[in-house]
Amino acid sequence: MTEKTANKAESLPHGIIGQPLNRVDGPLKVTGRATYAHEHELGDKPAYGHILGAAIAIGRIVDIDTAEAERAPGVIKVMTFRNAPAQPAFGAPVTPTVPEVFTRARPMLSTDRVRYYDEPVALVVAETFEAARAAAGLVRISYEKEEGAFDLAGRLDEAYAPGRTNAGFETDSAIGDFEGAFASAAVTVDATYRTPYEHHNPMEPHATLAVWSGDELTIYTGAQTLANFQAGIANTLQIPPDNVRIVSPFVGGGFGSKLIVHPDTVLAAIAARELRRPVKVALTRQQMFANAGHRAEMAHQVRLGCDGDGRLAAMGYDVWSATSRFEEFCEQTAVFARSLYAAPNRLTRHRLVPVDVNRGEWMRSPGEAPGMLAFECAVDELAERLGLDPVELRRRNEPAEDPERGIPFSTRNLVACIDEGARRFGWEKRNAMPARVQERRKLIGMGMAAAIRPNYIGAAAARVAIDAGGDVTVRLDMTDIGTGTYTILTQIVAESLGVPLSAIRIQLGDSSFPRTAGSGGSWGAASSGSAVHDACSKLREKIIQAALSDAADDAANAEVSFVAGEVWIDGRAERLSDLLRRVAPNGIEAEGTVQPHSRNNLYKNYSQHSYGAHFAEVAVDRDTGEIRMRRMLAVIGAGRILNAKTARSQILGGMIWGLGAALMEETVLDPRHGQFINHDLAEYHVAVNGDVPDMEVVFLEEHDDKANPLGAKGLGELGVCGAGAAIANAVYNATGVRVREFPITLDKLLPHLPTAAI
Amino acid sequence: MRLFTYERASDAWQAASAVAVQPEAKFISGGTNLLDLMKLEIERPAHLVDISRLALDRIEETPDGGLRIGAQVRNSDLAADPRVRSRYSVLSQALLAGASGQIRNKASTGGNLLQRTRCLHFYDRNMPCNKRNPGSGCAALEGFNRMNAVLGASEACIAVHPSDMAVALVALDATVETVSPAGATRTIPISDLHRLPGSTPHIETELALGEMITAVTLPPPLPGRQIYRKVRDRASYAFALVSVAAVVDVSGGHVRSARVAMGGVAPKPWRAVEAERGLVGKEASDRTFVAAAEAALQGAVGRGDNDFKIPLAKRTVRHALATAAEM
Repeated sequence: MTEKTANKAESLPHGIIGQPLNRVDGPLKVTGRATYAHEHELGDKPAYGHILGAAIAIGRIVDIDTAEAERAPGVIKVMTFRNAPAQPAFGAPVTPTVPEVFTRARPMLSTDRVRYYDEPVALVVAETFEAARAAAGLVRISYEKEEGAFDLAGRLDEAYAPGRTNAGFETDSAIGDFEGAFASAAVTVDATYRTPYEHHNPMEPHATLAVWSGDELTIYTGAQTLANFQAGIANTLQIPPDNVRIVSPFVGGGFGSKLIVHPDTVLAAIAARELRRPVKVALTRQQMFANAGHRAEMAHQVRLGCDGDGRLAAMGYDVWSATSRFEEFCEQTAVFARSLYAAPNRLTRHRLVPVDVNRGEWMRSPGEAPGMLAFECAVDELAERLGLDPVELRRRNEPAEDPERGIPFSTRNLVACIDEGARRFGWEKRNAMPARVQERRKLIGMGMAAAIRPNYIGAAAARVAIDAGGDVTVRLDMTDIGTGTYTILTQIVAESLGVPLSAIRIQLGDSSFPRTAGSGGSWGAASSGSAVHDACSKLREKIIQAALSDAADDAANAEVSFVAGEVWIDGRAERLSDLLRRVAPNGIEAEGTVQPHSRNNLYKNYSQHSYGAHFAEVAVDRDTGEIRMRRMLAVIGAGRILNAKTARSQILGGMIWGLGAALMEETVLDPRHGQFINHDLAEYHVAVNGDVPDMEVVFLEEHDDKANPLGAKGLGELGVCGAGAAIANAVYNATGVRVREFPITLDKLLPHLPTAAI
Repeated sequence: MRLFTYERASDAWQAASAVAVQPEAKFISGGTNLLDLMKLEIERPAHLVDISRLALDRIEETPDGGLRIGAQVRNSDLAADPRVRSRYSVLSQALLAGASGQIRNKASTGGNLLQRTRCLHFYDRNMPCNKRNPGSGCAALEGFNRMNAVLGASEACIAVHPSDMAVALVALDATVETVSPAGATRTIPISDLHRLPGSTPHIETELALGEMITAVTLPPPLPGRQIYRKVRDRASYAFALVSVAAVVDVSGGHVRSARVAMGGVAPKPWRAVEAERGLVGKEASDRTFVAAAEAALQGAVGRGDNDFKIPLAKRTVRHALATAAEM
């Protein structure tokens, strides 16, 4: 049988895949009918748990007096380490293997030790949320406080080399003789940057409803990857994973903060088991700063050496990051630099300094977000030292193959992105001399930076079923964290099966569905999309086989296509629903899969990344130092675009994250007590609408046939990569002031801005 | 949040007496600050008296040509009032520079004046704070204090008053009308409403227990141009690092009258009297404005992270004056 289909996903340039389809779940969301974690209502009225956090960062609980709280109105139970159920010990700071970090037991209220400020020390469960919160204020705790260590900059000499970075990369890489080449290079930059603690702050705070039925537990929560939650809860509660079902149909943003279980999930599950009734637990916005992950503070030393023409001879990147003492997290900050530019002598290293803070977690573009912010500024500094246009400097260091792995790139359109961006942005109008462009009392500057982000694919499966009426139901435990998964999967199905959008129902966010790798690492679309695509191909084959055996046709030579609700076999068309009623009155289903990149030779043999170029224009008030964005442009080469609208939104969101990182986001850790001080959205500044300028996103036509059958690559995190550096470089171009401590707030610029006559 | 009882007041005097009589009672209007503080148990009232529905929501002209603003007029309504926009534009500008649209729709005129500091250490109940817990110390003095005061502070407290609206009202020489639990009314010049912290930073205003703000009165409009310039870390929904309200009347190249007030720099909306004095009669020139800016920050003390506020305030005063003088 040859299937010469006109609707294979990879062969239809103008099919439904790629179209800027509106979100299929949009109407549910804007009418409030999309149910988020804390909104789930079931038969039994739940009890509400409120978490009480520790008032010290490190030490021991000496005494807890819960008597008054227990007597408070509506209180059902006050759980502390004294009466919480036994759980496995937390264990070593580093898990034996990389995947175990996602699934390890995360016990709560299990010892008198306090490991970080605001760590849960009690759960007050009451008939209402308000009663629980009121009673939490009545719990009296005395502590034996110990001296903690919180500083990074002053303790670099205590740094150690971890065994690996996040995602299992080598801690260090070294090629050639970096030190020798750097020492003898004609032009060098040796610059140290600092990036601060940052927090994800999704709009939806972490929340869980836990419901037991006999031995079986159902968790309603906001989760990016259901398998991690299932395993994390099973390991913490010591129950079989099959007894845990995770439900997460809608997620109000994750950004990496909902990859693993957090206190709300563990405590709701434990309390619901103890009380034999459903329990809801939500983190407050303030509690999220200590208990829902963060990006750690880092120091970055970038050393670049080149010849007089700007060809890099030496590329060195050392990163020191704070890490929790009890659970190691080494963001892979320097890893992208191993693939970005050509240079014969190379050195990248990651070092960690332990602090008494909760563990760092995966935060949108782990590695590239802080790393490219620093590194791409250093490249800008080198360009200036050379007197060379930063665009041209990058062109001259474009590698022919992956510079550290020595293998070809799959598709790499970095230079094309840069050139297209420069043309569209009007880069030629940039004055290379800083602080020369002024409009009224504003200093105007332009900057640019490159973007690179590895392409991953995770194991995924999906089940597609079509009924005799032609209605398609797709099930997989993938999540839509606001990225548009429901929509792109709908498009893949519509194109693969030639059915109308209205006939397709995508069901996500239930761990009883076929397992996927979830949303993380920008791999969701490619992984789940490939699995759905595979399932549709198999379903099509089953339909064809049924049709041909029914018609007793020659199956081997039939020409088949699925178009517009019809099946064409050897030039004869039949409505798909008529065919199904005839040959499969009970419907047909098929399961599809995709292998993870670790088992894919195309991944081993090709260096796979998404690329982009960011351009930014800023205006700096010369009187006050206030920085306001004027324009941003990103040109992206990320394989095939599955939906031009949701992809654009992903890139825009990333660019806004880049803007936040460059200019405003910083969580301040009090070095005396170890708490994050500005722990709410009034004082932790993310960019608001007024800060977001004219933004443009351009996708280059690209199809990466090494990546997956769809030709698509991840882009959810690509928009962040380098975006902040383009802004920082624009601030430099505007003012002539190079701020190397992020975020670039006006107090850091002000001392260097001359007071100009009115 | 501590459990509390609630009543809705029927008139101003009854509201004032209810707060005086009931133990640990507080007024609530828009609740945009109080409810946040209650959730964090920084405020722990046992009883709330809701004054948001009192008939104090009108803006009326006074016989002398000023405006009388009811204490329950919402910030958004006040900012949009055509008389405010045309005659007291500095007030409208200040209101619109504050908070967010949603908050301005809820927040009242009286409540805005009585909002509490945003000092980060005030917001963490585990930290010492003389304002929250008298006698416990000040975590901001030696801690992170980028947002804290450079003028008018004490060794007990370096918190700033966060209002934008109040800065404009101070520049305009507004007066505050109150009613006491006994039914007595009085007027307080706005510059006298807030106290400096001294050794008692927990006492923030001149208001007695139960005394309630009923109105804010503006004198007849000032001649000259009115400017509110707010410097902040992002374009909206951020408290002032420094703000300046300036009303400058220039005639024949000379300053005839000037008002200068600052926000974000002191425990109360800060009237720069010395700067004003130095402006009147002088040539409207950059040199004059530079001198006024120096005078405005006379005696300013930085505490480390907030050192930048002193040069920033000088630069902002200078530029605001120049803008108001239409230079």
